[in-house]
Amino acid sequence: MNDILDIKGVSKFYANHTALNQVDLSIAPNKIFGLLGPNGAGKTSLIRIINQITGPDEGHLFFDGQPLSPEHQQSIGYLPEERGLYKKMKVGEQALYLAQLKGMSKAEALSNLKEWFLKFEITDWWNKRIDELSKGMQQKVQFIVTIMHKPKLLILDEPFSGFDPINATLIKNEILQLKEEGTSIILSTHNMSSVEEICDDIALIYKSNKILDGSVEEIKEARSGNEFSVKYAGDHMAFTKALWVDAELKNTQTFANGIHNSTIKLSESKTTNDLLKAILPHVRVLGLEKVIPSMNDIFISRVNEINQENDE
Amino acid sequence: MNKTWLIIQREYATRVKKKSFLLITFLGPLLLAAGLSLVMYLSVKENINHRVLIIDEKAPAFSNLQNTPNIEFNYGTGMDINHAKDVLFNSDYTCVLYIPRNIERSNTSKLYYKKQPSGAVIRVIEDKVESVVEELKLKQYNISRDEFYDVKTNFVLNSVKFTESGEEEKLDKAKSYVGFFFGAMIYIFIFLYGVQVMRGVIEEKSNRIIEVIITSVKPFQLMLGKIIGVAFVSLTQFILWIILTMGILTTVQSTLFKDYYDPTTIATQTQVTPEIAMQMQMEQIDQKKFDLLDPNNIINRTNWPLMIGLFIFYFLGGYLLYSALFAAVGSAVDNETDTQQFMLPVTLPLTLAYVLSTAIVENPEGSLAFWLSIIPLTSPIAMLVRVAIGIGEGGIPIWELVLSVVSLIVGFILAVLLAAKIYRTGILMHGKKISYLELWKWLTHK
Repeated sequence: MNDILDIKGVSKFYANHTALNQVDLSIAPNKIFGLLGPNGAGKTSLIRIINQITGPDEGHLFFDGQPLSPEHQQSIGYLPEERGLYKKMKVGEQALYLAQLKGMSKAEALSNLKEWFLKFEITDWWNKRIDELSKGMQQKVQFIVTIMHKPKLLILDEPFSGFDPINATLIKNEILQLKEEGTSIILSTHNMSSVEEICDDIALIYKSNKILDGSVEEIKEARSGNEFSVKYAGDHMAFTKALWVDAELKNTQTFANGIHNSTIKLSESKTTNDLLKAILPHVRVLGLEKVIPSMNDIFISRVNEINQENDE
Repeated sequence: MNKTWLIIQREYATRVKKKSFLLITFLGPLLLAAGLSLVMYLSVKENINHRVLIIDEKAPAFSNLQNTPNIEFNYGTGMDINHAKDVLFNSDYTCVLYIPRNIERSNTSKLYYKKQPSGAVIRVIEDKVESVVEELKLKQYNISRDEFYDVKTNFVLNSVKFTESGEEEKLDKAKSYVGFFFGAMIYIFIFLYGVQVMRGVIEEKSNRIIEVIITSVKPFQLMLGKIIGVAFVSLTQFILWIILTMGILTTVQSTLFKDYYDPTTIATQTQVTPEIAMQMQMEQIDQKKFDLLDPNNIINRTNWPLMIGLFIFYFLGGYLLYSALFAAVGSAVDNETDTQQFMLPVTLPLTLAYVLSTAIVENPEGSLAFWLSIIPLTSPIAMLVRVAIGIGEGGIPIWELVLSVVSLIVGFILAVLLAAKIYRTGILMHGKKISYLELWKWLTHK
């Protein structure tokens, strides 16, 4: 099966800066792909190139195995970070217009839209003007407008900004549902914690370069280091004395009733069994788990590595 | 192409359905018709009768002024002017005409009134007094009236164009004024609708829907769709205006002023036979140059199909050219207040053409007129002023018209392509003041 989108060596230059530098990415079908990075890293430039709003200065893109061309625009849905609709136009009219621009027939668009309006419980809004709706309501309309033509590839730029927690959950479930139905989805955000739980794959973009990509599980596994969090009851001093040179104490949190939570970094050759052997005689172990770094931590550590490489 | 058509439909429908469009479309002709009706009404109302009290210090020289249907002359014999002024207030006299003793030398007299008489009434009184004063002077110098008319000279210089076929034709200035009127209409409408295109572009850019639209269509299609959509709006408005204005005027004429234009009513009022009344009315209309049967009337000497045809062509050509430039301006700014720095170079040529069209009326075949009517930025106004005098024999050469038409078509195609380059970059720029240098970079970017 082809990757839904294959990006090969794409660069984009503006008058006085490079927005993208030789970026390679593969977006697997039927997955949620997180395009992560701080503001100004080049995410929007990349998204605009995928949407063919602008062209790349170098490199090539392939959509479902074919070179990306204007006819693919109908198979892509795009929710821009800066949301926007015609303020004076009625909700239904506007949705129909945008659906037809995406190549749907009027009848097809109408029946699709009716379904979505029912699902989102907004059928009463059909004849309201956009500027009569609250911001959250406008967002819902915009989300429907983005997905109504059943795109193969959905690009959502900061999808959760502007939604209250209830609607954010609704949208999150909708995104997962679309994935179930076979849509491939790119989520772009600078707020990494908001998407890491629903992404299958991610790429980190930093200063116009891709600095890390792969499946979320593999990245976390690879970057987790041999660190464990131990929860125990007993004397902290006794616990510390029990540790040896291959088990380094990173930090400790102390709770009431003499309960502690310490993070231990083991050297490569050691396992949790070695650790337990050492501490069991001294404290009562309540729990032990591997420390999995958050995407934020991974991003920061990777950025530090890059900066060190550049310094050398 | 199909998508461009969708855009055209949306641009057209949203504008035509707007309350402001309906208001302007229906109120415009109503106001115009109301204005015209008011003028007609006031000119009819002028038939109120004036009773003029004459204080004649040269009596009896002025004692023979002939009454007209609406001016009646009375004589305050032996009355002095101060007394007459008192009388004016306490009587049904409408004016006091004071003839001073030295009227032949001063050539002036005074008319005191309670309510300002119309220009027409004043002119009638002026003519009558003037003729008596002339009579007095003729007697003084002992000249007969015939001799006087013989000496009095009203010199006219007839400028005649000599054409290749040997025909002679008068250079017709009145016709140029018809062209001037059409030119002025083009000037107003290009601005009116060009600015609508610009506002539309700014709206899409500032509320960010632009980014959604151009993932479905090319920026060029969006720009073109908007320009063409608004062009259809303008044509709709023209047609409705013409129909409505004509409709309202006809209705008003046939109801409100029915009596005024009916010879039998005039006959009963003035106690003459209807035939004479009809004749009187014809004369009256002739004086006002409304006689549509007269082949010399400017309305009849104008080649309407040609003028309207060319008006539509030059309006559309000029509109396409300028609205593309307006669209480019709109794309380069974030809101309407920022447009000013870019508006001047766009509005200058059009305004210049309008201002210079008075010079074209004076000299429709000069080199200024020629160049202004060839350059596409000014030709929509300049050429329309010129073609009004006619084309071919006696008018402007056909090759000039063809050249102007071709250059306007080339001009608007170039303007659209040029504007599209600025537009496609501009619509994605936010929060940055754009300089002319920047625009130049966008233009030259591959």
